[in-house]
Amino acid sequence: MSGAELGLAISVFLACAVEAVEALTIVLAVGATRSWSSAMSGVGVATLTLAAIVAALGPALTALPIDVLRVLVGGLLLIFGLQWLRKAILRAAGLKAKHDELQAFTEEAQAARAAGERRPGFDGYAFTISFKGVLLEGLEVVFIVLTFGANQHRVPLAAAAAGLAVILVIAAGAAARAPLARVPENTLKFAVGVMLSSFGMFWGAEGAGASWPGGDAALLAIIPGVLLAAVAMAWTVRRALDAAPARDVAVASVKPGEEAKVRA
Amino acid sequence: MTRVEALLAGVWDFVVGDDWRTALGIVLALALTALLADAAIAAWWVMPPAVVGLLALSIRRAARQGSRRA
Repeated sequence: MSGAELGLAISVFLACAVEAVEALTIVLAVGATRSWSSAMSGVGVATLTLAAIVAALGPALTALPIDVLRVLVGGLLLIFGLQWLRKAILRAAGLKAKHDELQAFTEEAQAARAAGERRPGFDGYAFTISFKGVLLEGLEVVFIVLTFGANQHRVPLAAAAAGLAVILVIAAGAAARAPLARVPENTLKFAVGVMLSSFGMFWGAEGAGASWPGGDAALLAIIPGVLLAAVAMAWTVRRALDAAPARDVAVASVKPGEEAKVRA
Repeated sequence: MTRVEALLAGVWDFVVGDDWRTALGIVLALALTALLADAAIAAWWVMPPAVVGLLALSIRRAARQGSRRA
């Protein structure tokens, strides 16, 4: 396995693990509160939908000329990756609330109870919420699987890495019988943002006609470079917030589920 | 909003997110890379500073928006 393929597998695995943890919380909440069978039906249909999207778009993408593919997919991956990285930096700096699985579980369970009395048999609410949760969280993974996989012509490898992450998260969830609140989601999202942005930059520039010094080995400089820059940004913003007078800033104590609020 | 418009809006929000300036900057940086490469000038150096600069500007905007919102 080459370095780029290893990077592909790690990036997809981490991204999928994070999204699977979030989807698991939703499914656990509606399953425990409403109906396990309906919730699992929603999971199954959503998983099939996601697999169908990969199966349909994967071959279509890999059929594109490599330069077109790299500039198109590299650019999209870079834009998408910078979104992840931006949010992760804002969370690390205290400007955005970190995702709290226990709170998400509680809110989802309360909403499920408030959705009306459950009738015996198929529960539409549990099915729909599970389906939407898995589909929406999964779409980001599908995007990453397709972009990474198509660029390397290794869609099956990317899909396998994603599948492995899902299996591990499900196993951990089944063992814990609770939301996986101790998974360091922001750290993982930070890492995924760095990888997506780095690979997107690398492939985008190559697709546009640039040649990186050292070829693929340039990634060994690009990835740490992006990581250092992102850590420095988070540190700088955090330091600026900490240095501000206490009455001006209430960012560090942002409660989960709320956006950052800075008092004037 | 028609279904097509809703779909396009969803795709836009999914890929571009809430900072279109970063996306535009990436497109422009890739275009500059292509122009330089087409003119047989080394172009690999365009993207790293562009990406770091765009990210820094985006973080700065987010921090300022947080300040104004309160």
